[in-house]
Amino acid sequence: MSVAAAPQVSLRETLLTPWRRIRSGDIGSLPVLAGLVLIWAVFDILNPNFLTPLNLTNLTVQITDIGLVSTGIVLVLLLGEIDLSVGSVYGLGSAVMAVLNVKMGISAVPAVIGGILTGTLIGLLHGFWFTRFRIPSFVVTLAGLLAWFGLQLRVLGETGTINIYDPNIDALAGKFFSPAFGWALAAVVVAILTVELFVRRRRRATAGLVQNVLVLELGGLVAVAAAIFVATGVLASDRGVPLALLILLGFIVTFDLITKRTRFGRHIYAVGGNAEAARRAGISVNGIRIAVFAIAGTMAAIGGILGASRLLAVNYSSGTGDILLDAIAAAVIGGTSLFGGRGTVWSALTGSLVIGSIGNGLALLSVSADIKYMITGAVLLAAVTIDGVARQGRQRAGL
Amino acid sequence: MSETGGWPAGHPPSVPAPVPTERQPILELRSISKHFGAVQALSSVDFEVYPAEVVALVGDNGAGKSTLVKTMAGINIPDSGEIWFEGKHVAIHGPREPAALGISTVYQDLALCDNLDVVANLYLGREEIQPPVPLLSEERMEHRAREVLTSLDVKIPSVRNPVAALSGGQRQSVAVARSVMWKAKVVMLDEPTAALGVQQTKQVLELVLRLRNQGLGVILISHNLANVFEVADRIVVLRLGRRVGTFDRSKMSEEAVVAAITGAEFGKFQPQA
Repeated sequence: MSVAAAPQVSLRETLLTPWRRIRSGDIGSLPVLAGLVLIWAVFDILNPNFLTPLNLTNLTVQITDIGLVSTGIVLVLLLGEIDLSVGSVYGLGSAVMAVLNVKMGISAVPAVIGGILTGTLIGLLHGFWFTRFRIPSFVVTLAGLLAWFGLQLRVLGETGTINIYDPNIDALAGKFFSPAFGWALAAVVVAILTVELFVRRRRRATAGLVQNVLVLELGGLVAVAAAIFVATGVLASDRGVPLALLILLGFIVTFDLITKRTRFGRHIYAVGGNAEAARRAGISVNGIRIAVFAIAGTMAAIGGILGASRLLAVNYSSGTGDILLDAIAAAVIGGTSLFGGRGTVWSALTGSLVIGSIGNGLALLSVSADIKYMITGAVLLAAVTIDGVARQGRQRAGL
Repeated sequence: MSETGGWPAGHPPSVPAPVPTERQPILELRSISKHFGAVQALSSVDFEVYPAEVVALVGDNGAGKSTLVKTMAGINIPDSGEIWFEGKHVAIHGPREPAALGISTVYQDLALCDNLDVVANLYLGREEIQPPVPLLSEERMEHRAREVLTSLDVKIPSVRNPVAALSGGQRQSVAVARSVMWKAKVVMLDEPTAALGVQQTKQVLELVLRLRNQGLGVILISHNLANVFEVADRIVVLRLGRRVGTFDRSKMSEEAVVAAITGAEFGKFQPQA
């Protein structure tokens, strides 16, 4: 079989494809990356301490809990649903973990697992209730928001605040790997991406399928590799690679693989795109929904445990405040549609970076909270407006 | 036999239904009756489709077309009557059984996921994985999708574009391709041209003829008699839950078909109760 003779997508077609995706309502990650560059540029002009290894390392650790919660939110949004309980599940999961570890003297690993499973069970319950009684998901999870916060207060008991001393739990947000480890990991990741690109091209050629333009694919690979190495270099010149960041990236890569390359992930998109079509195609729509809500609960609890590790304490206010809205806003700012079926798990990372950068940059400028809320609100409004306009374009096209 | 030639079948003949040629119907309904409450939706209706044939099912609103289609799709279970497939009496209790026999339906809403690409829609619910890892076998699916679309002469700019980016005719073609790519022998198309422009209607009608030429039995439900006359080998007319006329291609005339649909008398129709 002649690999060289494999047909190739024309350059024109390649350049049109992103435009077609946007036209079909999938805005992708370009707007958010452009926005992130703009935000970083502005903050660095206003305060040269912003783009320093010290501050960027702090930023990556600051966004991990929001990013983890947002990863679950992306999956729920892909279904066209919403989960308003993730803030309370964040708090309850960390409270369960803290009580198991500190008050009951259980070692770190089982205590963390206990906290995570609490989130999983709650998510299963939400999913079951939502599918069994056909109540809108935002109402079921709104009830959850209240009820699980109450349970969090009950679990924490009269002391209210539990300080965490266990070094293994503290390490989740406190451990940094050496620069050498970081460089080795970056090299392995880039090698895997390179091999994957050529294996995929080879398989497409063997199957006689059209190829994307090689130069563009290699260009994309080089850009991604450059981003990975620059990030590693920045982190290496400060304290090293944070374990918290690797945990976040590990979950994002795993869920990206699940959503894009497995039947389960394909079915999530199908249910979000057209639930009736999915049902007629034999997909267990309710099974998918329950599984996704269970994942959202799990990720919320994991986010809570990372947050507790960063603050070294769990208290009444853990998971309250901005967590819920920041996690939803991050997913939407990252390019995941509120209307279901469009977006990727990576938007949890890019969106969290935007929100984290705004908070971090304004803190560096000693700007008070009032301005921070207004700017975050404006960015969220811009993101949902892009989403809404893309959707209108789709509807105008009669689709 | 009065089964053809523009004259009414009158009361349904006793089993077996008369066969106009030597061929055996691939799907045959005998004396199907169905009522919903007080409404008799179908009264002893016979219906048959042969391999490599386009049979149009026409009738006014409420004539029983949808009920008959849903009976063949296994969504309605008839009160009485028999369904035969490839010469065998088959029991149909739900939508899975027709699907397993190779009877598929393309409904008017097409049931496509706009956010997914053409390959994903063709394989919806039947995605192939590459053991031992449970990852989707994208190359195999894309290869087969191209084969199917090429065999039906369906032209799509890129099978990796989301369906939302396609025209109405292309979307209809994708829905039809999906219905026939899993060993279908009979395909029912419910108003396939209802929302389409002239050029796209032509594409879809050509696709209908290609399905017939590949040996499928095609059942075309349409209000558009011009389309029906263009592609149908036979026309079966329902009115008020009865089969009131069958027209061969050679003996079709628009006046006679319209008269059968509306019940307008020109002499030889039996009046309905």
